[in-house]
Amino acid sequence: MDYEYWGLVFRHISPYMWASLGCALAIGLSVAGAAWGIFLTGSSLVGAAVKAPRITSKNLISVIFCEAAAIYGVITAIILQTKVEDVPIGSDGEWSVKILKAGYAVFGSGLCVGLSNLVCGICVGIVGSSCALADAQNSTLFVKILVIEIFGSALGLFGVIVAIIISASAVFK
Amino acid sequence: KASFSTRATAEQALNQVHKCTSGNAMEMATFNLKDGYVEAILRGYKGSLLNSGDYALMCQCENLDDLKMHLSTTTYGNLVSEVDVGGANTTTQLIECCTEKFVEEFEYLQCQAEGTLYHFLEMCRIPHMIDNVVLIVSGCLHNQHTPELLEKCHPLGMFDAIASLAVAANMQELYQLVLIDTPLGKYFEGSLSREDLTEMHLEIMRNMLYKCWIEDFNAFCSKVGGTTREVMGRFLSFEADRRAIAIASNSVGTELTHDDKKSLFCKFGSLYPYGQKDLAQAEDHDEILKVLSDYSPYNRLLALASADDDLMIDEILSGQELDLCKESFTQQFHYGVFWAYIKMKEQELRNLMWISECIVQNMHNRIHDGVKF
Repeated sequence: MDYEYWGLVFRHISPYMWASLGCALAIGLSVAGAAWGIFLTGSSLVGAAVKAPRITSKNLISVIFCEAAAIYGVITAIILQTKVEDVPIGSDGEWSVKILKAGYAVFGSGLCVGLSNLVCGICVGIVGSSCALADAQNSTLFVKILVIEIFGSALGLFGVIVAIIISASAVFK
Repeated sequence: KASFSTRATAEQALNQVHKCTSGNAMEMATFNLKDGYVEAILRGYKGSLLNSGDYALMCQCENLDDLKMHLSTTTYGNLVSEVDVGGANTTTQLIECCTEKFVEEFEYLQCQAEGTLYHFLEMCRIPHMIDNVVLIVSGCLHNQHTPELLEKCHPLGMFDAIASLAVAANMQELYQLVLIDTPLGKYFEGSLSREDLTEMHLEIMRNMLYKCWIEDFNAFCSKVGGTTREVMGRFLSFEADRRAIAIASNSVGTELTHDDKKSLFCKFGSLYPYGQKDLAQAEDHDEILKVLSDYSPYNRLLALASADDDLMIDEILSGQELDLCKESFTQQFHYGVFWAYIKMKEQELRNLMWISECIVQNMHNRIHDGVKF
């Protein structure tokens, strides 16, 4: 394994590729998680509401929590995108350390929010599905299971917070 | 040579453990893709089953009109209002009416289901098909009319070729012409050869078919894997035990040999293999109870039951089945709830039959004995 060679390869990959990947992952993975969660909770909600129509309005909260995961992704992607500024490559053909660092930071930030919202969406979806079924049988259970969902959706929030902190250090110019 | 055989058994043991503990990795996250809606509908049906309050009210009814009135406040609604109370066979009509609603619900579930769940529900229908086939064949042997027999068949067990069962003159034709194309065809191929069918007593055939079906269903659920395998494994091993106990107690006093009895027992269940061997050798009911008191969970159930005098083994087993059914609803994302609902609904229909018969025959003191929920 020639580490010198691999180091050379990575140094010459444009940091703008990393930055763009980060923006894409931020929105792409978050929306995947939100969509997954919405179909998980929506299919159970629709079925359970046939015999218990009263659950529909309250249980839309589960869908809203899943949607929040996507919103976190959108916000982060927009913030990351505004960080990217055009700086030409150095005179020696190598990117400066500052620019490399900025590119990696945007990538890491996007990956952070994307992955955490992916799993947050799935989590809230599964709990929301159980919540709808339980609420249809016994309406006192709804608020208690909602507390579980709130903890689940906090996971996505953690992802956004860390992603914003990482991206704060990404300065291209 | 000795070391090879111990290694083989160790591998087998590891396989068993692996099979018990491995589940589908993304089961919770992908179940709702195909089956989320159907499961939610089913849980809605389960929530509408009659509860203790309904049964308490119905047990106090003085006549069938009151019973109809109470039923109309439950999910049965206006369906039962068409049943004519004054006529003959009212209780049968009432229960047929309720069964129709059950069948309608089941068929809705089945038409919304796709893929694996559809096959699962098909397999749940097969015991009713077996009962219908035996009913029609025995009716033909006694020269009864086909339309009357078809009316007595359970609606869940109807299949396309069922009317043509009556046409066959003997068992061999029955197999060659009709049964081979029906869903029951593959069970006949298994352990029943064509020659056996002619001499075989109908009850033996029924039990043989049941055995093939339970083993087939168990293999199917094991292939589905995950929580379904776990939950249905419990149900089916209970079903296998129950059939073994029923065969043992029904064949007391008949000429069925020990080996014949053992060939009707399924190859799994908590009584397999030693309990089944003992059951096959039991000569009367006391010996059967003695065998059961060596095996869990029957020893615990029998101990609880002996506090109540005169509790029949059938009632103990029905109670245990209902407990298993209610337990299965505590887990989500599996097919066991469908099987459990079918069992609970059938018990509800039996309860209604018992209550209405007690009312008609004026045996109000016994009305609470037969109601289980």
